[in-house]
Amino acid sequence: MTATAGCLFEGADWDFTKLQRIHDACEEIARSELGLDTYPNQIEVITAEQMLDAYSSAGMPLFYKHWSFGKHFAHHEAFYRKGIMGLAYEIVINSSPCISYLMEENTATMQTLVIAHAAFGHNHFFKNNYLFRQWTDAEGILDYLDFAKSYVAQCEERHGRLAVEQTLDAAHALMSHGIDRYPGKKKLDLRAEEKRAGERRQHEESAFNDLWRTVPTGPAKSAELLSSERRRNLLGLPQENLLYFLEKTAPRLQLWQRELLRIVRHIAQYFYPQSQTKVMNEGTATYVHYRIMTRLHEQGRLSDGNFLEFLSSHTNVVFQPDFDDPRFSGFNPYALGFAMMQDIERIVSSPDDEDRQWFPDIAGTGDVMAVLRNVWANYRDESFISQFLSPRLIRHLRLFHLHDDPEQRAGIRVDAIHDERGYRRVRRELARQYDVGYIDPNIEVVDVDLAGNRRLMLRHAVVKGAQLNEVDAKRVLQHLADLWSYDVSLVEVDAADNVLKEYVLNPRALAAAA
Amino acid sequence: MHIVDRRLNPGSKSLENRQRFLRRAKALVQGAVKKSSQDRDIKDVLEGGEVSIPLDGMNEPRFRREGGTRDMVLPGNKKFIEGDILPRSGQGSGRASDPGEGDGEDAFRFVLSRDEFVDLFLDDLELPDLAKRKLAEAESEGLRRAGYATTGSPANISVSRTVRLALARRVALRRPRPETIAELEAELADCDEARRIELMAEIAALKAKLRRIPFIDPIDIRYRRFETMPKPVAQAVMFCLMDVSGSMSEHMKDLAKRFYMLLYVFLTRRYRHVEIVFIRHTDRAEEVDEDTFFHGPASGGTLVSSALQAMHEIVRSRFRPADWNIYAAQASDGDNSGSDGAAVSRLLTEMILPVSQFFAYLEVGETGGSTFDMPDSSLWTLYQRLRAEGVPLSMRKVSDRSEIFPVFHDLFHRRRKQEKAP
Repeated sequence: MTATAGCLFEGADWDFTKLQRIHDACEEIARSELGLDTYPNQIEVITAEQMLDAYSSAGMPLFYKHWSFGKHFAHHEAFYRKGIMGLAYEIVINSSPCISYLMEENTATMQTLVIAHAAFGHNHFFKNNYLFRQWTDAEGILDYLDFAKSYVAQCEERHGRLAVEQTLDAAHALMSHGIDRYPGKKKLDLRAEEKRAGERRQHEESAFNDLWRTVPTGPAKSAELLSSERRRNLLGLPQENLLYFLEKTAPRLQLWQRELLRIVRHIAQYFYPQSQTKVMNEGTATYVHYRIMTRLHEQGRLSDGNFLEFLSSHTNVVFQPDFDDPRFSGFNPYALGFAMMQDIERIVSSPDDEDRQWFPDIAGTGDVMAVLRNVWANYRDESFISQFLSPRLIRHLRLFHLHDDPEQRAGIRVDAIHDERGYRRVRRELARQYDVGYIDPNIEVVDVDLAGNRRLMLRHAVVKGAQLNEVDAKRVLQHLADLWSYDVSLVEVDAADNVLKEYVLNPRALAAAA
Repeated sequence: MHIVDRRLNPGSKSLENRQRFLRRAKALVQGAVKKSSQDRDIKDVLEGGEVSIPLDGMNEPRFRREGGTRDMVLPGNKKFIEGDILPRSGQGSGRASDPGEGDGEDAFRFVLSRDEFVDLFLDDLELPDLAKRKLAEAESEGLRRAGYATTGSPANISVSRTVRLALARRVALRRPRPETIAELEAELADCDEARRIELMAEIAALKAKLRRIPFIDPIDIRYRRFETMPKPVAQAVMFCLMDVSGSMSEHMKDLAKRFYMLLYVFLTRRYRHVEIVFIRHTDRAEEVDEDTFFHGPASGGTLVSSALQAMHEIVRSRFRPADWNIYAAQASDGDNSGSDGAAVSRLLTEMILPVSQFFAYLEVGETGGSTFDMPDSSLWTLYQRLRAEGVPLSMRKVSDRSEIFPVFHDLFHRRRKQEKAP
């Protein structure tokens, strides 16, 4: 590679030709040296006010209208004006072409950093990580949001703003439970089913043995149990995607209301991978920008002064305060992610004995980028940490595990620290902190009283004694009852099937029901 | 790669959402404002700025878990070893608890612009219905340009537009230019015979065409069109009349001041330009500046008619009722010399009220004296009698700071068509 292209820019000012040049320089390094595979880039320069706008609509360039976005906007604006909150340097959208918003205030160095970070780091992650590939449609999302926006506007025109607002309020309350966590089983069509039945018959004929007749089959199931099983099977129960269940089976929803639920559900699903890959996503982007910026500096295309400016903001970004630091507010995903990526680089290129023992698959293989690309494509935060958090990094961050049991009067117990006994336990617990299965309450629809008063029955499987916040649970269930339009009950059940608490709510009269 | 400059896109993309939010929060904000206006300085309240409203109805509930046993992994271990027990209320565990997201958020703070605030504050108030009063025409007519017409008065011919249309028509119909004919004629002067006949025919044809296509045709003519439109009187004058005789205490003046302030804010919202005239009176009246009005010492007897007379004169000399909306608010403790009643009622009914949009009388009393206990003063009795005769007067009694806004609200409350103003 020729290393004499000269400086990309001088000083702090940038213009659009410089942005183009910066992008091309980053792209060259990203493609040839890091082997990144990205969606085409679209870089948009925006103002602070537009950044605030983007904040309030989950970063998306267009969104339907709803008061809650106005609330967030007012909130952010108040904070921003008071100086409590700064604004991000960029926002990047998982779409094709991949849109990155850059703030106009950024210096040329910051624009370079941000382009390397968002337009290549995040972009590669979006395109290659299995969660995003499985759950999001980068090509379609902007069109879908456009459709959603105009559909909601149409509904408001036809059915009144109040009715639409009530439906959206209810849908938003259930948004975190409007997600498919597993790719569903494909329903067989009639022909395939017939074929399968035929094959099964054939197998039975070919493997006929009269002895089977004599095998006892256990007690006969009662008619009641059979009918309940059949009912639950027909309704697809148990179902943890509450919005999906309502959309398909709520008895009194209008068609447009079902479509609104569907829109909210799809959008929730679109954001689902992001919440599971915060550490990895930011870690990838930070690692990529670090590599690209360093390389640009080595090639002499970034002056020493600009490189120092970059290093200063880079170290701010990857700063991890200790737990007893007043600035501590949980793990910084940039810091943890970047540290782990660098650690993997070290393990692959120059491992020590401990690494060989812990990571026999990757230690010393030499090709850093191949290993990292594989990691970026096939893991999420939880599995990433439980696979790749090395003892050395645990020691370096001095991680320790606290176990807080309210029953334990004496206090909180330190369960594991960064020592030989603790590495695996610390790693498992940290991975669990990022496991959505543990973060979100596990709530399912278990049954519907079809023969009686059509009560919808939900069940919260309580994990580690953490029950629902009562006030909020009642509010959400009220929304749920409004959509279902009959009674709704929720029981909280612990692992031993003891009922801890039961909620029952009756629907209110909705404007939309008229 | 594309680079798009979005900075010039129209801003305020969130405006609609913000308005929806405010609409939803309206009842809450208004409630909060009205409550606080009872014991806070009105001026502060109207300044807008940050408001804090309860989250009732504004919350976005989600299923949240709390309690139970918790496990957490934290960075930066200094001295702990496995099996240590940390006291719960100590430094070590205090930090460890999650930054609370739930309960801290029971009030929601955000910034309202002054306009948004005043809009919300005065939302259900409106100026009294004037249709049935004598000054129904609070509006005058004005003329406004409204494009061009093919008919009109010769005085309104738009020359430029007419000439432009004529030129377009001449070009379209290929009217020969006089220069072309002149050139041909010059050529005619020195040429041979055959060419001559040809040229003559050509010139004749051109001249015929020139005559057939006029320079300006009647269809080219355009007239400037004017349209009458109602022009609202966009200015108002507010008369503050106050009794400053010895019987008015500081507290009473404070009450009056608050009322005037509200009226001023209210009027500035409706009119582009609002003037204030301060008239204070004892047994004689004078126009003063604001500071003197509220704080200047004065003593003497009480003659209300002197103030009304002064107001009448100022209206006559400076504020033509056709151009100004006239509002008056009078504050007094109700004392008036007995012999003045006739003069007051004559001035009011004949001079002041016919030209005023609104006349309010505010009787201020001492704190503690409940409004119901105040005996009817001489002025109150007089005004009440006038009202009974059908004179459009608004009157209220106030003795405590907290009553100002309710009284004001009451006076300007939006009414149905039939309901009569108090």
